[in-house]
Amino acid sequence: MRVPPGVSEADFAAALKQFEAAIGKEWVFTSDEDVDLYRDSFSPFWHEAEDSVPSAAIAPDGLEQVQAVVKIANTYKIPLWTISTGKNLAYGGSAPRLSGSVVLDLKRMNRILEVNDQNHFALVEPGVSYFDLYNYIQEHKLKVWIDPPDPGWGSPVGNSLERGGGRTPMRDHFANHCGMEVVLANGEVMRTGMGAMPGSKTWQQYRYGFGPYVDGMFSQSNFGVVTKLGIWLLPEPEAYRDATVSVARHDDLIPFVETLVYLYNSEIVQGTTALDSPLLTYRVSKGGGVVDLPGDISVAELERIGHEQNIAYWSAELHYYGPPKVVDAQWEYTKEKFSAIPGATFKDGRSYRFPLELKETDDAPRVALGIPNLAVFGFLGTTQGHMDFSPIIPMTGEAVFEALKAFGEVYAELGVAPKNQFISLPWAFFPRAFVFLFGFPIVHDVESNKKSREVFRRLIKVSAEHGWGEYRTHIAYMDDVADVYSYNNHALLRFHETVKDALDPNGILSPGKSGIWPKSMRKARA
Amino acid sequence: MRRAGKVLLAALGFVLLGTGPATGQDSSWTLFPSHGQESATPIIQRGKEVFQNLCSGCHGPVIKNASPGIGATMPGTDALAAKYKGAKPAMLEERTDLTPQFIKIFVRNGVSVMPRFRKTELSDADMEALSAYLTRNNKP
Repeated sequence: MRVPPGVSEADFAAALKQFEAAIGKEWVFTSDEDVDLYRDSFSPFWHEAEDSVPSAAIAPDGLEQVQAVVKIANTYKIPLWTISTGKNLAYGGSAPRLSGSVVLDLKRMNRILEVNDQNHFALVEPGVSYFDLYNYIQEHKLKVWIDPPDPGWGSPVGNSLERGGGRTPMRDHFANHCGMEVVLANGEVMRTGMGAMPGSKTWQQYRYGFGPYVDGMFSQSNFGVVTKLGIWLLPEPEAYRDATVSVARHDDLIPFVETLVYLYNSEIVQGTTALDSPLLTYRVSKGGGVVDLPGDISVAELERIGHEQNIAYWSAELHYYGPPKVVDAQWEYTKEKFSAIPGATFKDGRSYRFPLELKETDDAPRVALGIPNLAVFGFLGTTQGHMDFSPIIPMTGEAVFEALKAFGEVYAELGVAPKNQFISLPWAFFPRAFVFLFGFPIVHDVESNKKSREVFRRLIKVSAEHGWGEYRTHIAYMDDVADVYSYNNHALLRFHETVKDALDPNGILSPGKSGIWPKSMRKARA
Repeated sequence: MRRAGKVLLAALGFVLLGTGPATGQDSSWTLFPSHGQESATPIIQRGKEVFQNLCSGCHGPVIKNASPGIGATMPGTDALAAKYKGAKPAMLEERTDLTPQFIKIFVRNGVSVMPRFRKTELSDADMEALSAYLTRNNKP
């Protein structure tokens, strides 16, 4: 029998019996065969002792059952690790930060409680997937779009709480939530925002309610169990178009990003844009790096090759949503602004009118059109998964140059071969800042994974030295990332710990999430 | 505006309980059409639904000329096409050599970038139905 750390076998057995009584024996999983299904399929500790292994999993269905579970866990001090659809792959999947925790699996809570296509919102439970919500909207012929992340099998609740990103104008998922229902560690139910008012008519329409706005405290956190979440949806646009802007020279990136920022912050360019570099792609094809590595083809040489072969240094595919006349005008204005950069070139891309019959989307950018799918997994090739290093950097050309140099130095220092790079240039998943995405391939080889973890941890530290922090991380690095958010002797983390101790004195909810440990498990800070 | 009331949802949950509580109200991933033939028996029909719900997002038919990553590529079908190079069908629904044990091993253990599937996603009863569907054309 696996037992949570610090819990006696007798207490765990008694707690399991009470869980069974509260939610039904068939929803309390204790056999190794069943519980192992909750291990991280993309674990960077494959075949290693540090791999997180739950002691059990329980799957309540409904608010009252969640309350009952939390109360039992408090009685016996059982650590619970909450998951929604359990698809947080690359960040730990359904595995707990604290090995031996009991996974609180909310997949069965999969009710779509409301979809409103007049005021454009939904209210859903954690077990609802993006596929479920999309299909519900299609079946009911509602004129709204969801904003799925690249893998569509995740949960709108879970992804929003993890502060994930999509590709439409609603791409910042936490920013586009509105109102939540939370079970606190003592079993009490709380509703946030306007939901705090009994009979409120605007729970999903006005975020803030009255008094302190606390929703953020339940994102990437272990202060409560979110059982319902409001999500804002995009009114189905009349049209979509995309187009590509390219510039020829290395230093053009500075005015290029400046122009992009102006257009983004003026809401002329919408959705998620990824910076691209055809010349760096060329360099990679010749065995070089995306990041700057010793011995790489020089900038001057790349510019010469680009000039000879008509290859742009930098480019970006931009996206527009709205009435046809408006998106056409936005693209025209975009061209006008980028034309200030000598030699900038423009290429029309795809154009769609809605509603769109699915058969017409054969080669459509589905995620950018709000259509969930799993095609992104095709990128992972023959690996056994991946984990993402994803620092936020300023949305400036200078910051991109600095990052390519700094990350290149880490790769050189630790001897990372260019072919091991699994990296893209920065993305605009969120407003006002870039996020770099390094995918570290997971393989079932201990030494390779050890090396990846060493590089990952070095990148965290080097990023922090440059003022860049991760927006989200795998369970293996939560302490490392929390440690670099250290302003004023970790004042923010100490605040989190104060809140944790007040709300969850027994430390039963997701111990270690985002580096927040309950008092009983907290290590002395250096 | 559409409102799916709690009463209706509770009723849906109840109705579906007999066919596999793990799927609950999960609507099918109908955006991935099943490639299989119409099925005769209830368990095979249920297996087809399970395949559509949980498998066809990666193991559905490949749409020609799809853009990688953002288009409609099928990672599972593509991976099996690369593995078997035509020796076996890349589409799981077209295979005639799968066994229930083989299917269970891959679904419950995962392979490559395919993760494990938990019992709250796929119950044992639905696993049986999925196996019945994917082995329906096996020769005795």
